[in-house]
Amino acid sequence: MTERLESREKVTGAARYAFEYPVENVAYAAAVQASVGRGEVVAVDADSVLALPGVLAVLSHENAPKLHDPPDGELALFQSRTVSYRGQFVAVVVGETLETAREGARRLRVEYAAESPDVRLRTDHPDLYKPDKVNPTFPADTEQGEPEDAYGCSAVRVDVTYTTPAEHNNPMEPHTTLAQWNDDGLTLYDSTQGASSVQNIIARVFGLDRTQVRVVSPHVGGGFGSKGSPRPNVVIAAMAARAVGRPVKFAVPRQQMYATTGYRTPTIQRFRVGADSDGRLNAVLHDVVEQTSTVKEFAEQTATPTRVMYQAPHRRTSHRLVALDVPTPSWMRAPGETPGMYALESVMDELAVATGVDPIELRIRNEPDRDPENGLPFSSRNLVACLQEGAERFGWAGRDPAPRARREGRKLVGMGVAASTYPAYMAPNRATARAEPDGTFTIRIAAADIGTGARTTLALIAAETLKADLGDVRVEIGDSSLPKATVAGGSSGTAGWGTAVVRACEALRAELNGGLPAEGLEVSADTTEEVKAREAFSRHAFGAQFAEVEVDADTGEVRVRRMLGVFAAGRIINPVTARSQFIGGMTMGIGMALMEESVMDREFGDYLNRDLAQYHVPSCADVRDVDAVWVEESDPHLNPMGAKGIGEIGIVGAAAAVGNAVHHATGVRVRSLPITPATLVPRL
Amino acid sequence: MNNATTPVHADITLVVNGQEHRLNVDTRASLLDVLRETLGLTGSKKGCDHGQCGACTILIDGRRANGCLALAVAHDGADIVTVEGLAQGDQLSPIQRAFIEQDAFQCGYCTPGQLCSATGMLDEVARGWPSVVTDDLGSDPVLNDDEIRERMSGNLCRCGAYVGIVAAVKQAAQDREAAEA
Ligand code: FES
Ligand code: FES
Repeated sequence: MTERLESREKVTGAARYAFEYPVENVAYAAAVQASVGRGEVVAVDADSVLALPGVLAVLSHENAPKLHDPPDGELALFQSRTVSYRGQFVAVVVGETLETAREGARRLRVEYAAESPDVRLRTDHPDLYKPDKVNPTFPADTEQGEPEDAYGCSAVRVDVTYTTPAEHNNPMEPHTTLAQWNDDGLTLYDSTQGASSVQNIIARVFGLDRTQVRVVSPHVGGGFGSKGSPRPNVVIAAMAARAVGRPVKFAVPRQQMYATTGYRTPTIQRFRVGADSDGRLNAVLHDVVEQTSTVKEFAEQTATPTRVMYQAPHRRTSHRLVALDVPTPSWMRAPGETPGMYALESVMDELAVATGVDPIELRIRNEPDRDPENGLPFSSRNLVACLQEGAERFGWAGRDPAPRARREGRKLVGMGVAASTYPAYMAPNRATARAEPDGTFTIRIAAADIGTGARTTLALIAAETLKADLGDVRVEIGDSSLPKATVAGGSSGTAGWGTAVVRACEALRAELNGGLPAEGLEVSADTTEEVKAREAFSRHAFGAQFAEVEVDADTGEVRVRRMLGVFAAGRIINPVTARSQFIGGMTMGIGMALMEESVMDREFGDYLNRDLAQYHVPSCADVRDVDAVWVEESDPHLNPMGAKGIGEIGIVGAAAAVGNAVHHATGVRVRSLPITPATLVPRL
Repeated sequence: MNNATTPVHADITLVVNGQEHRLNVDTRASLLDVLRETLGLTGSKKGCDHGQCGACTILIDGRRANGCLALAVAHDGADIVTVEGLAQGDQLSPIQRAFIEQDAFQCGYCTPGQLCSATGMLDEVARGWPSVVTDDLGSDPVLNDDEIRERMSGNLCRCGAYVGIVAAVKQAAQDREAAEA
């Protein structure tokens, strides 16, 4: 068992997060959000706020400095009078204290010329369009064979539409930046998933050289995708600090996060699947409609897992977007896979019911021997092993397939299963390994540990490669002055960072053959060429999720009694943190299934339930018997560790497993998340 | 100048982790902000500032409370324990040790609140306070998993470390019993 290297700091309160760096003479920022859903700022009454004691500055489009080259509208803070969605930042007040800044922001009068916003996602929206690509670079549409015709003449057909609501990442640490200008440039203590990427982007925004920006982020209080790129808080803090000539810190208040720091788009997904009477798929059509904002396009890759999961000679996937007057959606844990697999795996359950084939057997029957769309071999694919292992452990064999067959007093009890998948990405990275004169080692890479356990995992990887004791390996991450690294995103950290660490350590060992020089020895590695030279394979992790639920027949309350995830994700490097990652993802999946929903205000724009009292995430009482295990998987086509990423797969399929269990318990198929008493009661 | 906009300050005394502080606080300041911004005790976290997440949980006169909901000026003379005060020097408290051993955290941001909350909660159980899931109100509550989950539900963890948290609280409760036996 390997505990987290920063454990002690985290349980004693010594671990510093972005807001907590002691800097002299710090001032505080509080931001003001647009109170109209669309329109223009007509006037900002800065003077009366500037007159308040302790207020240092008010910045808005009226006086904000021109930014050099913001990569997108979300970072072009206060550069125009346009309001693109309700809740967009329109001004910031800087004060001597938090209380003063907040009071100033509360009192700032902003006048608008308001227009009525268009905020309703619908499949018949006249402005639906096909994006050039979906996140990050997948084609929007794919097609093989004659899907429409094949569907039409299939023996068994399922034609259903699933919807998922907007959901918010809600990391416990709000998006936070402490910005300090000095003679050399700008230092940012930032809550980010990628110090190198913040460094690059913020340098560009302020017209600086990359080396003039330093980003420090050793501890980050979660992100789940929402800190994968700089959000407005970074620009606001830096701009404010420059304006007042003092360090400034800004943590986005929880309520403001809902509009300004990203969320998962709502989706409307029509599925048509055609199969023979034994459940063998003949045609799969997955057509997705989702939203983006008018500020910046984000196209969630919702149908991409359908391209990978099951064989079917005739197939089609498509994504259509509409740019609404809404906050800008972004990455949230397993973008694409999470909503897409919820729908696909629910549809597979419907097909199982329609054909009378056991849901596990149905998936086994449709297991492809190659990637069904691109024809590449899988580097490894152990979905079937996960399903079988899970069935054994969960007690699937005793399940009566008839819905609503098990009742215990007021409780209807059911069991569901769903598959899970996530790509095994890997990107080029750099790292250095240094042998210190005292015989210890230091590994440096601008990686991030947002709670994943990356720091510990990289240390384990380094110790193994160096054949050193873990206690003799120090890992420095979370600082842009370290060798450049990719963001903690796409579950790619262990693969991408780990490979750079392995190569640096290998090179160091080779050089150390000549003995350790008195001043120590440092070598560096860059994996750009290695990543480019990878053979063509379809690389994905797979898993199987099992859920047992009880549904109160009178109140419609659903509780997850037991949940088990079985995953095949290559070699698991640190079982302790891996299990926590899987279970953490599954826990978020319970939230997705049963409670998480951001409700759009159709009249005025922005999300209505913008705090943790109204946007419900799972609490301790919601998570009972949840466990995760994995099957042995040896895959030589991945990376030197043989590891696939595990940060996201835990949420994928979790909501479908719960939904399928609800159907099994009640006979009611809910096709719209979350599954709440309000949707269930009328149908029980 | 409108009076309502001029900050009003008040002198108070706080005892934090055994140390006395005489402070002149803005009457609008929360205890959480005074701890973090004035005293530099940044272990207590701010997740919502509205009493909805528990990240700011501290012990005020021995009882767990949300520091973000407590106005500092209203706590003149209070005895406060924060996460920085749980260990005895280098010696971690049983609940801190159990959190490490059970991997009861990931990002660590909710953790100080969880730790203070668990510390206060174990005391509540020791004093025989029931919870909403306690079946028998006549006798001392038995700290089973359901009791732990219920009593820890004021502390959200978005990383989803609850499985570890419940295991850690259970372990700490057992350690405590063993120490008392
Ligand atoms: S910060 Fe106090 S309860 Fe969330
Ligand atoms: S450990 Fe990250 S929120 Fe609990």
